[in-house]
Amino acid sequence: MTLTNEFIEQKLEGKFADQVSNFILHYDILTFETPVENNLKVLTFLQDDAELGFTYLNDLTAVHYPDRIGEELAVVYMLQNIKTSTRIRLKVFTPIIKPDVFTASNLFLTANWLEREAYDFFGVNFVGHPNLIRIMNVDEMDYFPLRKEYPLEEQTRIDKDDDMFGR
Amino acid sequence: MSQKQNIQLPEGSVEKQTTTLNLGPTHPATHGVFQNILEMDGERIVDAVPTIGFIHRAFEKIAERRPYYQITTLTDRLNYCSSPINNMGWHMTVEKLIGATLPKRVEYLRVIIMELARIADHLVCNSVIGVDTGAFTGFIYVFEFREMIYEIFEEVCGSRLTTNMGRIGGFERNFSDIAFQKINNFLKTFPKAMKDFETLFNRNRIFMERTMGVGGISAERALNYGFTGPNLRACGIDYDMRTAHPYSGYQDFDFSIPVGTTGDVYDRFLVRNEEIWQSVSLIQQAMTKIADLDPTIYHADLPNFYLPLKEDVYTKMEALIYHFKIVMGETELPVGEVYHGVEGGNGELGFYLISDGGRSPYRLHFRRPCFIYYQAYPELVKGSMLSDAVVTMSSLNLIAGEIDA
Repeated sequence: MTLTNEFIEQKLEGKFADQVSNFILHYDILTFETPVENNLKVLTFLQDDAELGFTYLNDLTAVHYPDRIGEELAVVYMLQNIKTSTRIRLKVFTPIIKPDVFTASNLFLTANWLEREAYDFFGVNFVGHPNLIRIMNVDEMDYFPLRKEYPLEEQTRIDKDDDMFGR
Repeated sequence: MSQKQNIQLPEGSVEKQTTTLNLGPTHPATHGVFQNILEMDGERIVDAVPTIGFIHRAFEKIAERRPYYQITTLTDRLNYCSSPINNMGWHMTVEKLIGATLPKRVEYLRVIIMELARIADHLVCNSVIGVDTGAFTGFIYVFEFREMIYEIFEEVCGSRLTTNMGRIGGFERNFSDIAFQKINNFLKTFPKAMKDFETLFNRNRIFMERTMGVGGISAERALNYGFTGPNLRACGIDYDMRTAHPYSGYQDFDFSIPVGTTGDVYDRFLVRNEEIWQSVSLIQQAMTKIADLDPTIYHADLPNFYLPLKEDVYTKMEALIYHFKIVMGETELPVGEVYHGVEGGNGELGFYLISDGGRSPYRLHFRRPCFIYYQAYPELVKGSMLSDAVVTMSSLNLIAGEIDA
C-alpha cells in the first residue's frame, strides 16, 4: 500500500481530531501543525503506527516569526518513512516569553544535538532534554543569535538603506 | 603527585580510577578541529564527550542577508572535500523553489561533476583510514587522482577546493574541450589505480584486523541516530538520496547501491570503495548520454535568475535589464517553504529554505549529515582501544566545516 498524503491526513485527523490543523502541501512535503503541548503525542503516534511508520527524524530546527504575537518561535520536525521515502513536516509554535517544548530526544536520538542547536540559536527550552547546553556558541553567551532582533549588519552603518537594497 | 598522596580519603570511598584524555581539538589524527574528551581505563575507552563548534561561522545567519546567488559560496565551506555537490544542491533547492526545469544536458553535466566530487570525497576518506592504520602508500597513490579531479574542476569553474561552481539554472560557462579530455583521461587511468588501491587494502590481513568489528553500529541504532550516506549503508540499509528522492536526472541512470552488514569501519571502507566504482560507471553513462545532446546548452532559459553574458549586457536592452534586476535583488521570488536533499559525500545534505519573497532567504537551515551522526561517536567507541577511536573517527568521514556550519 502506498502512503499517500490524503491517507496520512485522514489517519491523523481520525486520531487527534481538531488537535492537528493547517494541512498544506509545501512543494513535495505535507506540512501540518499541532499545539505545542501535543507534540510528543503526535510524534509517538507517527513513529509507532504500523501503517505510518515515520521512524526516521530527518531534520529538526526552529524559526523565529517576530510578527506572530504569542507564537513567535516555531519548532519544525521533518520525519521520513524510510521504506517508502515519504516525508512529512510537523510544526509547533511556542511563545517567546516561555518557549517550552517537550523534548523528542527520547524518541529519536537524532534530536539530541539538533535540539541543542535549536536551543543555542533560538532559545527554545526543550523540557526533559538530558543535556540542554550550547553546542556551537561559547557557554558564556547570554543571547540567542538567530532570532530576528539581532540584525547581521552593523547598526551604525547608514550607507546601506534597506528600502533600496531589500532586507 | 605528592600532594595527592597526602589526601586522606574517608573510609570506604573509591578513588577515580580512570584517566581523562583530550583527543583534539588540534590533534594530527582528528583531521579537523574537534575535541573528544575521552575517559580512559588503561587503554580502553569508557566514555567520550565530543565538543564541537570551534570553527562555527554562523552561515545560517549570514545567509539571511545574502541574495540567493551569493549563498553558493557559503555552501562550499560546509563539506569542503566535495564542495561541488553542495553547490549543486543549493542551486537545485532554489530551482525547486522557483519551479524551474533544466535541460537534460545540464542535469547530466551536474551528475558528472557531482560524481567526480563524490569520488574525490571517498578517496580522501578511505585513504585517510589507511593513514590512520599505518598504511601511508595508498594515500599517496590515490591523491594523484584526486588532483586530476581538482584539475577538472579548475577547468570547469576556475577553482579547486571551494569551487562556487554553477549558477541557479545551470553552469556559468560551457565545459571546454579540455575539460572533456581531462574527464576522459581520468576515466581511462583511474580504474587501474583504484584496483591497485583495493588490492593494497581489501584483503590485507593487518588492515582487516585493525578495522573489522571496530566502531560498529546496528541498523536500528543507526537509523535512530539519523545516519545517512555510506555510514548508514554500511549497516545494511539501502537508503540513498539518489534513488529515494531522485534529482538531477539520476532516475535515467543504471547504478546499484552497495550495502554492508555490520556497520563497522571495514564495511564503511568497502561501501565507499564500491560507491567509487558506481560513480565511475555513472560518469561513463553520463558522458555517453551527453554525446547525443546539443553541445551548446549549458544553462536553462531563466532570464530572471541566470546572469546574462557580459557582452550581451553591453549590447542588448533585455540583458541589461535582467542583469540590473538580478544584481539589485529586484527579482520576484515565490513565497514558500522548500526542502531539498542531495546525496553528499557523507550523507544526506539538505537545505530547508523558507522564502518570504525577499531577495534573501527568511530562514535557511542546512541539514548537515556529519553534524547529525557525530553524536553517535561515544556509542561507537565505548569499550574499544584508543587507536580504534582514531580510526573510527576517520571512517565516519567527519568534516569540521560541515559539523560547525
